[in-house]
Amino acid sequence: MRMAHMTEPTVTENDVMAAQPDVDVADLGDSGRDVSSIAVDLPEQLTELGTTVGEVRCEDPYVVAEKVNVHYGDNHAIQNVTLEISKKEVIALIGPSGCGKSTFLRCLNRMNDSIESARVTGQITLGGQDIYSKEFDPVALRARVGMVFQKPNPFPKSIYDNVAYGPRIHGLANDRAELDDIVHRSLERAGLLKEVIDRLDEPGTGLSGGQQQRLCIARTIAVNPEVILMDEPCSALDPIATARIEDLMDELAEDYAIVIVTHSMQQAARVSKRVAYFHLGLLVEVDETDTIFTNPRHKLTEDYITGRIG
Amino acid sequence: MTLVGGPAHGTALHSLPGYYGYFTAIWCLLPALAVLLLWVLLEPRMIVALVVQGLPEAQRNLPAGELNLLVNNIQNLAAGDAVSGSVDAILTDAANRFNEYSVLSRKILAVLTLGLGGLGASIAWRRIHPDFRARNRVEQIVLVALIAASSIAIFTTIGIVLSVLFEAIRFFQKVPATEFLFGLNWSPQTAIRADQVGSSGSFGAVPLFTGTLLITAIAMLVAVPVGLMTAIYLAEYSSRRVRGIAKPLLEVLAGIPTVVYGFFAALTVAPWVRRAGESMGLEVASESALAAGLVMGIMIIPLVSSLSDDAINAVPSAMRDGALGLGSTRSETMTRVILPAALPGIVGGILLAVSRAIGETMIVVMAAGLAANLTANPFEAVTTVTVQIVTLLVGDQEFDSAKTLAAFALGLMLFVVTLILNVIGLNVVRKYREQYD
Ligand SMILES: Nc1ncnc2c1ncn2[C@@H]1O[C@H](COP(=O)(O)OP(=O)(O)O)[C@@H](O)[C@H]1O
Ligand SMILES: [Mg+2]
Repeated sequence: MRMAHMTEPTVTENDVMAAQPDVDVADLGDSGRDVSSIAVDLPEQLTELGTTVGEVRCEDPYVVAEKVNVHYGDNHAIQNVTLEISKKEVIALIGPSGCGKSTFLRCLNRMNDSIESARVTGQITLGGQDIYSKEFDPVALRARVGMVFQKPNPFPKSIYDNVAYGPRIHGLANDRAELDDIVHRSLERAGLLKEVIDRLDEPGTGLSGGQQQRLCIARTIAVNPEVILMDEPCSALDPIATARIEDLMDELAEDYAIVIVTHSMQQAARVSKRVAYFHLGLLVEVDETDTIFTNPRHKLTEDYITGRIG
Repeated sequence: MTLVGGPAHGTALHSLPGYYGYFTAIWCLLPALAVLLLWVLLEPRMIVALVVQGLPEAQRNLPAGELNLLVNNIQNLAAGDAVSGSVDAILTDAANRFNEYSVLSRKILAVLTLGLGGLGASIAWRRIHPDFRARNRVEQIVLVALIAASSIAIFTTIGIVLSVLFEAIRFFQKVPATEFLFGLNWSPQTAIRADQVGSSGSFGAVPLFTGTLLITAIAMLVAVPVGLMTAIYLAEYSSRRVRGIAKPLLEVLAGIPTVVYGFFAALTVAPWVRRAGESMGLEVASESALAAGLVMGIMIIPLVSSLSDDAINAVPSAMRDGALGLGSTRSETMTRVILPAALPGIVGGILLAVSRAIGETMIVVMAAGLAANLTANPFEAVTTVTVQIVTLLVGDQEFDSAKTLAAFALGLMLFVVTLILNVIGLNVVRKYREQYD
């Protein structure tokens, strides 16, 4: 899983194309359409795989992934993905299940390190520093690149201790008053303070699902990260809780770069500035959100957003 | 089997043909087997009763003991074995009748079982028709068999508990419960004959309880830290290969018979502890609580580590990911998130281990002392409840002396304590599992 510093990617673009000549229909979900045949029928749209269409670069990039490959044993889960993310934007990663969105997300805070079979190659920099270099401490990285998971996972501790956990282990507060302040501010930013102010010492696991997820967001911003990764943060929530989290993301976008994986087109359209479409481990298309949803350049993207690929 | 040809004849059978077969077989076998079993149980008594009935008046009115002897002699003679005393006409006559009855009984039995089998089969045969719910019937019978099997264990347990309870009550009629529970002096030797010099026995069990507690405490001091750290290492740090080797090894440790631990404790550890103590200028008994406790602790390590391992693994990986995602190191994740989350399960496991230690017998019989000693000094010899139960019952014993009955009272105490620990421990473990389901 260690990434050699500045190594050339092990897979060239040609290899990728050779490896993906016929798309496995079974992997395309319940619509089960043969994508390659659609591709042949419609020559005016880009159909080939292996090169990303649209604009992977951006102004003022902060997180830069260059030719990233991830293998799980023999499974080539991310193939030659290049993507830039700027400091104050929300970028949504979309694509059918199993296309590698979570895997790519976990590369950005090195959470793949704890998966024994995972091997990451290529280069990812954060503010110009190579996060996979030997000198870079993955523990410190994760304080700068926070993560919110699919299922709310508050610790079995009090609400207060959940939020105070990060500041405590990183020594961000000198005394109890400072810690109180951080906890209150984080809960406030996560839009949860009003609901829990009277019961900060009750267990976080006693909150509703939506509140738990906002607690997890508060816990993440309490360590003052630069980037927040969110892996389908609303997929376990009801529509009202989802709407609250989406509003929250709008506010957070003022201060943090947010990378969100979502299965909901509406959510991607609502919260993100750019959208990246993944397909079977390949980054197919990256564009402004409006462009992707009104005028996708790649046939696969169009099929996905119009619901033809599940 | 004309009826079984169902589908061909256009009538649908309710059940698969096999079930009709099972049904018939059950009807054929069950009643016959029941009679056979009953017969085998009752036959000897019946025959003896008949033979005694045929004896002359004088013999019939003998006291129970002598009559028993006589019947024994008759049986021996009938079987052609040696007989005590002289063989007279009455005896040979009775022996012959005994043999006659036996042969007759066998014959009746054969006819009866075969007849019942045939009868059962024919009843079953008559009841079978396409609408007959053979499948349901067979399953009912299977259900009854399963219930019978499971109730064997339950009723045995109840029986044992009740018998221990009644014997203990008899003990408490001889020795007041307050003396047993709070007395500080344990010396169960009682005079067997009235003219014998000797103590009347004193049954204060407190030294036994403290001895048990001392050895258990030493064992837990060894087993809990070592077992817990083993579990933490195996669950969170070790590679899959190390885990693959270490887990089976621990299971081997768990599978060593306790008697092996026992002589290991008595022959290796106890002398070593004594020498080590002496070299430090300490007075150490050759059967010290320390030696027994150390070995018992080692024996319990696998139990603690595997239950803790379960508890740690039951913490959802989402907790781990959450902690790591906030920038915790592995040990921070462990000590601040996973261990607190797993704590109830670990505590439950430790309670089960304590209960195991309290009830453990072989190691302490071999390595702990016999003399009841009210002390908290681990270098002295102490004795435990289990050791005393063993010594009270080994050898020839009078069955209703306070000394023998004391074993039942001790057993009852042991049973109650370990039962409470087990119930609490299992409940804690189960509650804890549910928390994350
Ligand atoms: N921990 C893992 N070990 C092995 N293979 C994995 C693991 N996680 C994901 N994969 C594989 O990587 C591919 C991408 O998975 P993932 O990134 O979870 O997709 P997505 O989040 O887009 O649904 C899938 O083929 C999946 O089977
Ligand atoms: Mg995913």
